[in-house]
Amino acid sequence: MKHFSRSALFATTLALLSGVALAAPLDPSAIMDPTAPDAVAAQPVKSTKGIADGAYKGAAFDAYFGMVQVQANIQGGRLASVKVLKYPSGKNTSRRINRTALPILEQEVVRAQSTNVNLVSGATLTSRAYLRSLKSALAKAAG
Amino acid sequence: MLQETRVIMGMPISVGIADAMATQSMLDEVFAHFTAVDLRFSTYKADSEISALNAGRLTPTEISVEMREVSALAEQTKNETDGYFEIRMADGSLDPSGIVKGWAIRNAANLIRSRGFENYFVDAGGDIQTGGKNAEGQDWRTGIRNPFNEDEIIKAVVLKNKGIATSGSYVRGNHIYDPKNPSAKIDSIVSLTVIGPDVLEADRFATAAFAMGDDGIYFIEDVSGLEGYMVNAKGIATQTSGFGAFVIS
Repeated sequence: MKHFSRSALFATTLALLSGVALAAPLDPSAIMDPTAPDAVAAQPVKSTKGIADGAYKGAAFDAYFGMVQVQANIQGGRLASVKVLKYPSGKNTSRRINRTALPILEQEVVRAQSTNVNLVSGATLTSRAYLRSLKSALAKAAG
Repeated sequence: MLQETRVIMGMPISVGIADAMATQSMLDEVFAHFTAVDLRFSTYKADSEISALNAGRLTPTEISVEMREVSALAEQTKNETDGYFEIRMADGSLDPSGIVKGWAIRNAANLIRSRGFENYFVDAGGDIQTGGKNAEGQDWRTGIRNPFNEDEIIKAVVLKNKGIATSGSYVRGNHIYDPKNPSAKIDSIVSLTVIGPDVLEADRFATAAFAMGDDGIYFIEDVSGLEGYMVNAKGIATQTSGFGAFVIS
């Protein structure tokens, strides 16, 4: 088992976070899920140009194990960033497990791998709720 | 290898058969299976069985064998996960989509095997069942998608007749860090991958354990036959004690 010291973890975490912080404007059409089964999410947002700058809250949608709600921030008539207001976190549920009995599990900082693979496993569960909330925020922005 | 992807149940579903005698009719039969599942279980279709049940047009005693099986699996999962799995929504309606996907993939794999094929994969929206070997005669190699960048993988594992499923929340990383409020508490997990004896086991436990937040990976550690890899919002991964045996280094 490898163990990272807390301070090393913290330093790497900061480096990593600055790497994933959303800096570039998003193209809204690129984040619309083409496979979403419902009409709400399936309609692409064509353009946010000409929309007044500001923060627009989307409606909250059920992501099966909790509610997802986002806020679209429009700057210069473009979708500049999306902030998640509500997100299922399981925060209220942690007390059920007895912490003193927990095993020590191996941890690592995630890193991109170049390994050749046949298949990729990934999540799709909350993407639809996210997209629906974003769509409703953009609809609000469009007036 | 004969391979095809179609969008059914609102997600891309890919089926590949590496056996030399693989036929297009086998692929068609697998996709027909998923379409039938969608017609029965889709809450987006007014004429589905689940919609009829939710609308009261069908009583619980009139439901199909399939609906009964899925309901029983949901109830079993709820009991096995301390109530962290629930198909009854806040408004009282039933939405079994959290269990239908894994169940449908496992049944698709069983269908392929029942037709005499041994080397295959079925991938529905990133939850995967593999059997036998890939087209090169090697074990299937599966990557775990980077929850912060969907074009990357952060781990590669070898699956021998196993299922793998990932639960998570893809909001492109931006929910984890608010540049205007950098001191905000960051404690959510963003991705939890489970490897199990089949994709149904992997999927139902991945869904329930994700809802447990940081504790989910410890829950997976405690269930025999399951291994897991959890990524939190800080980009730190925690793995169960037996997960390393699957990893391609």
